[in-house]
Amino acid sequence: MTVEELIESKKFSVINKASNTNKEISKPYTCDLLSIAMGKMPERAAWVTVMGNINTLAVSALADASCIILAEGCALDEVAKMKAKEQDITVLSYDGPIFEGALIIYNMLVANE
Amino acid sequence: MNDQIVLHYEIPSDDFTRAGEASSNVKKKLKKMGFDPEIVRRVAITMYEGEINMIIHANGGYIDVIITLDKIEIIFNDSGPGIENIELAMSAGFSTAPDNIRSLGFGAGMGLPNMKNYSDEINVESKIGKGTKVYAKILVTKRID
Ligand SMILES: Nc1ncnc2c1ncn2[C@@H]1O[C@H](COP(=O)(O)OP(=O)(O)O)[C@@H](O)[C@H]1O
Ligand SMILES: [Mg+2]
Repeated sequence: MTVEELIESKKFSVINKASNTNKEISKPYTCDLLSIAMGKMPERAAWVTVMGNINTLAVSALADASCIILAEGCALDEVAKMKAKEQDITVLSYDGPIFEGALIIYNMLVANE
Repeated sequence: MNDQIVLHYEIPSDDFTRAGEASSNVKKKLKKMGFDPEIVRRVAITMYEGEINMIIHANGGYIDVIITLDKIEIIFNDSGPGIENIELAMSAGFSTAPDNIRSLGFGAGMGLPNMKNYSDEINVESKIGKGTKVYAKILVTKRID
């Protein structure tokens, strides 16, 4: 499943859409502690977190995440919003808990297999 | 590619709006040079953790990256407070990061352990009140584990 297909499912709202949404999603990944996420996140993950600051964006870029999903309705702060545009990172938002957001993605991936 | 490429980055203190810029820059360059994605990822992770540590714990510093075809070396230098017990600092979960830093998602005490995991060689030298120097080497040839 690509990021584009995840967006098209309309299960998440779009905060920032990158120019390339053809990136494949390998699996959902959840963690709010940046160093753990940095070390453990699989490549091309859909990263579900409540941390909406610029450091989240930096980690997602460095760890090769395919997109970020901010759960619990969390938003990107203004600086982070600019950074997401600048670094061309897809950021989505979800009103429910982290686990549910990740489960939705997991189920979509399984259905797509 | 030339025999060796040396990159130098000044890391400002306490500036989280720019944290990760040096690491992203190195990542982009390595990608362009055609290094294996897994190697690029390991360098990016190692460098980011060192960069963040400089910002959080040491009032900034500078980083030199030496790129050759068979290895990438990253040398972090700061004039911060130094590390009292290096062995303890290298252990997973140990952190002296204050609450305001933790609220940003840092301070899991996994930075130095990550650097160790993702590099082939790491060496930390530190003097209290003088500063810290971290040397990390990532071999480009695939590791035979
Ligand atoms: N450059 C540095 N200067 C001074 N102290 C440092 C430096 N880097 C790391 N430390 C110390 O080592 C500890 C562990 O570092 P690390 O594993 O990166 O975890 P964290 O940064 O999450 O605290 C830090 O909390 C800090 O006390
Ligand atoms: Mg750290």
